[in-house]
Amino acid sequence: MVEIRSRLRRLVVTRRASQLAAALLANGYLPGFLKGTIYQGPVKHFCVPFLNCYSCPGALAACPVGSFQAILAAPGHAVSLYVTGLLTVTGAVWGRAVCGWLCPFGLVQELLARRRAAGARFPRALLSLKYGVLVLTVTLPAIWLGAGGVGAPYFCKYLCPAGTLEAGLLLGLRDPALRPLLGTLFAWKVALLAAFLVLMTVIFRPFCRTLCPLGAFYGLFNGLSLWRLHLDARRCNRCGACRRICPLQIRVDEEPNHRECTRCLECTRVCPTGALRFGLTGGREAGGARPVHGMRAGKD
Amino acid sequence: MRLPGGERMSALLLVLAGLALVGAGLARGEAGAVLVKAVRICLECIGIG
Repeated sequence: MVEIRSRLRRLVVTRRASQLAAALLANGYLPGFLKGTIYQGPVKHFCVPFLNCYSCPGALAACPVGSFQAILAAPGHAVSLYVTGLLTVTGAVWGRAVCGWLCPFGLVQELLARRRAAGARFPRALLSLKYGVLVLTVTLPAIWLGAGGVGAPYFCKYLCPAGTLEAGLLLGLRDPALRPLLGTLFAWKVALLAAFLVLMTVIFRPFCRTLCPLGAFYGLFNGLSLWRLHLDARRCNRCGACRRICPLQIRVDEEPNHRECTRCLECTRVCPTGALRFGLTGGREAGGARPVHGMRAGKD
Repeated sequence: MRLPGGERMSALLLVLAGLALVGAGLARGEAGAVLVKAVRICLECIGIG
């Protein structure tokens, strides 16, 4: 038991460090925060693989969802092969591990979650919402057109709470030229962000589970990715430890690569028989667990 | 514990397909298009647009 707790603690610390490092690297432009401006250098050719508003004063790179929509909305309505390719490579290698290990908004949600949030029951019907959001995100900017045949990044405009937090509050409220322009739309976005911030305390990662189009996209790769969870059915003794520890209430022993899994890997650490591992085919294990001494399949 | 060869191959094909898309996008100058969008303040993101 002590060994399991120790393994779990090491994993949580490592994952938190990874999330913090990604958040700081993606938003490391300090002059932006000090002056209330945004970075305009060449690193913004590159998209980070997670939701991170490029109008955050600290953002050093572009947001893939914002970039995809902005290109789709522009005259010509091109589907960005560059962004689609970057996200496909990321998903095909890691699946949704980006959500669990890198995404700064995922970190915000986890930091706000109270202890009981992980076990809170969640309406399964709401999990499907994000697939609708994904479809609308990648189509609406080319369909719903305004003056001059130009669309808009509708997900960013109406839904994205990360944009409200990073760009709306950190830049919009601070810039004297932008402040007078804030109206009903801003109020809606702040209300939505506030609602999610409250929900985050009682439900684990409510935004990822209901609205995030990037999470929906990466989730499609969970069962296909190069690195994925492996369950050794011969070792599994159906003790249910993996189900109990999963903050997303996934039946890990039945579907280890479920689309909702953000690959926090806690299940691999609590498995007493070492039946679960996260690894690359034929390669060394990236998150495997040794069986706890004395515990084997079939034993209590 | 190992993935069957077919599954491994499909994952690798996906990675290659993704890389091909990135290459095609770069050839079309999309990284420049991303830069152009990302260096301007996104009014929609703030809640103005």
